[in-house]
Amino acid sequence: MTTSSQPMIDQWYPVALASQLPPEGRATQLMGAPIVVLPGEPIRVVAGGGRDLPVTVRYGHVWTSLGEPSKELFDIPEADQPGRRLVEVGVVRVRCSPLRAVENFLDIAHFPFVHTDILGAEPHTEVGKYDVEIREEEDEVWATKVQFYQPQAAKSATGGITTDYMYRVPAPTSSVLYKTCPARPGDWDVITLFVQPLTEELCDVWPWMALFDDETPTTDLIHFQQMIFLQDRSILENQIPRLLPLDPGREIPTRADLTSVAYRRWLKRHLFTYGAQLVAQ
Amino acid sequence: MILYDYILSPDAYKVRLMAALAGVKLDLRAVDVHPGREHESEPLRALNPAGSIPILIDGDLILTESAAMLVYLARLAAPEWLGDGDAAGGARIQQWLSFSPRLTDHLGGARATEMLAEPGDLPALQQAGIIDLRQLEAALIERRIEGQCFLAADRPTVADIACFPYAALAPDGGVSLDPYPSIRLWMRAIRMLPGFIEMPGIHRLHELKPEPLSTETPETV
Repeated sequence: MTTSSQPMIDQWYPVALASQLPPEGRATQLMGAPIVVLPGEPIRVVAGGGRDLPVTVRYGHVWTSLGEPSKELFDIPEADQPGRRLVEVGVVRVRCSPLRAVENFLDIAHFPFVHTDILGAEPHTEVGKYDVEIREEEDEVWATKVQFYQPQAAKSATGGITTDYMYRVPAPTSSVLYKTCPARPGDWDVITLFVQPLTEELCDVWPWMALFDDETPTTDLIHFQQMIFLQDRSILENQIPRLLPLDPGREIPTRADLTSVAYRRWLKRHLFTYGAQLVAQ
Repeated sequence: MILYDYILSPDAYKVRLMAALAGVKLDLRAVDVHPGREHESEPLRALNPAGSIPILIDGDLILTESAAMLVYLARLAAPEWLGDGDAAGGARIQQWLSFSPRLTDHLGGARATEMLAEPGDLPALQQAGIIDLRQLEAALIERRIEGQCFLAADRPTVADIACFPYAALAPDGGVSLDPYPSIRLWMRAIRMLPGFIEMPGIHRLHELKPEPLSTETPETV
């Protein structure tokens, strides 16, 4: 499938940290097309043939699109809330489908086995009932009322707590996670996964956070998130089939996978299939 | 004892692992290597002109080479990790300590290129890393024929800790460990050690033994 026939081409994608652009620019790829992100005022993104692509700088990252985005980049209102620490985690390259990277981020059931003694621990492996919906007005996937027992839910957590989660998918390769803020009960910490599709089976992942935490050094916050994501990476690179299957085939989802089921259904509805396979193989 | 540390650095992990196995408490100072490149900053260059992580400080002693840190920790708290003191055994350990930077350069270079999008000639790094792994595999096969599963003695030594992390993380750099059964068995033996700690990409052992009649294969080896 060529990228030009892809509805995903008109979406926004992260391609660099705005604060970390080298003077010569960042040469990278977007959906198979070589691009260069150039520092300056304004920051430019140039595709092959010298074509300037649309640019938005938001949430610490430079965003662009090979097509013509019909709407602005999704809003994360918490990003502008006073008192939050905005944490740029940096890039991690993963040899997996960009859609699989997002799907893994939406999954809770793997916590005790992959993030042992941090985001989960045996025998507390059960994922309770939670709500999932595709919100028609916003055109986003939401999972709410998710609860999970966690030995060390965040860098600022000092012991095991039952953590509340909400997940939101506002774009095919971006997800926003809201979770209990140990430092400010009643508020949500915001942790995002912004994924840059390099090809259908290779992506650069840019985690980013907006937290209430006045005590933990920034470096520790970055390393906590890098530790978590690098534990995922070795799993993601071994998932088969490489492309995310959008039709039910050999996989049998359980109740804990409802967010994934809704995400896949939403992708299919929009023909967001870059990194997916439509027919189970 | 202060360790300037980075959670994703296999060289720093060697020191954390050795300290955990020897029962030494470290005071960890996190350094923003990626994306901040803090290891190249003035204050850290003052400690280590090479601009590398980890750095171990104990009183007046400043160590910037991970192999030296392993020997120091073992000498302080776990001398059995230094072998038996005979000439051949000691030399064998030293041989592997000197070998280990090749793993850092090649497999570690491939990992930085492939995972953290740093510049590097990935195919050349992977190829050099495969040559290193073949050498490690051949040595471990010989040890197995003698009925031993560690590199330099009949028990684990600092040589094993020096070589373990970059070998175990080879898949991070796109180099598969499937062709090396002796390396995989050796890694499992290290992961079984009492006091073993993990790092991102090196998982601890879970219950891997399948039911006797189960047709399912274990998750990992």
